[in-house]
Amino acid sequence: MTTATDIADREIIAELQAGLPLVPEPYAEVASRLGMAEEDLIQRIQAMKDQGVIRRIAAAPNHYKLGMVANGMTVWDVEDARIAELGAQIGALPYVTHCYERPRAPEAGWTYNLFAMVHGDTREEVEAKRAEIAETLGDACRTHSILYSKRILKKTGLRLRKRG
Amino acid sequence: MLDDTSRALINRLQDDLPMDSRPFAAVGRELGLSEDEVITRIAEMKEAGAITRFGPFFDAAAMGGAFCLCAMEVPQARFEEVMTKVNAHPEVAHNYERDHALSMWFVLATETPEGIVDTAARIEQETGIPVFCFPKLQEFFIGFRVNA
Repeated sequence: MTTATDIADREIIAELQAGLPLVPEPYAEVASRLGMAEEDLIQRIQAMKDQGVIRRIAAAPNHYKLGMVANGMTVWDVEDARIAELGAQIGALPYVTHCYERPRAPEAGWTYNLFAMVHGDTREEVEAKRAEIAETLGDACRTHSILYSKRILKKTGLRLRKRG
Repeated sequence: MLDDTSRALINRLQDDLPMDSRPFAAVGRELGLSEDEVITRIAEMKEAGAITRFGPFFDAAAMGGAFCLCAMEVPQARFEEVMTKVNAHPEVAHNYERDHALSMWFVLATETPEGIVDTAARIEQETGIPVFCFPKLQEFFIGFRVNA
């Protein structure tokens, strides 16, 4: 299968995946490593942003270090017929950072189909937010749970495998 | 802990950086900081671990690939061993330990949709533990920002 990403873009991605260099002209530095003009590199990156290959150029914060030590993945068993409507409501809550419908996994005893990530400074705060979500879902939700994170085991973002 | 200036900076930096040949100078102008101070503070926050990564966020799906959330029920006694095996795969973009029978939750990012199934199968083979895949069926707005 061919991917939408051509060879030159692959080289740019490979060079950028560890991060943007922290120098006044980061694109000039990356361009010189790749043996291309800065202007061309900026154009390619802009094109990748326009295509959605690059979502944004930004910082990934460590919630723990920012004092948000309570990070709970709330999971809900929501009536399939109402998930589109209710998922949109939950996703719009200001303290929900990611919200997805996912398949249930009965073979794992996993009955939940709506996932909403809730961050807070304390577990009490997260629990209060969870209660608000439970209220919003009402009787469209059969059971729910929350999985707190205990430890970050890895966080690298996307890595392309080396070709050849 | 971070001071107010670094908090303002980290809040700003969770949004897209302007496409400018001197992006740190541009962000500095928005916040009333010098280019040098922006760069120094980002470097310090990376060093301190407040920022885990700074750079482009790639969308594997838009590159013809795929993302998938996966989970495993890892016995506590084997946790470190299994973690080492799982993390060794470059397709594992991040991995969290969570307090549930399904104790290990990771995201696979692969260059092809088939890569998800292949990687999950390899992990199952290496560890002897089933990998449950939870691909997203619907996304309800990603408000990825947190306020520092």
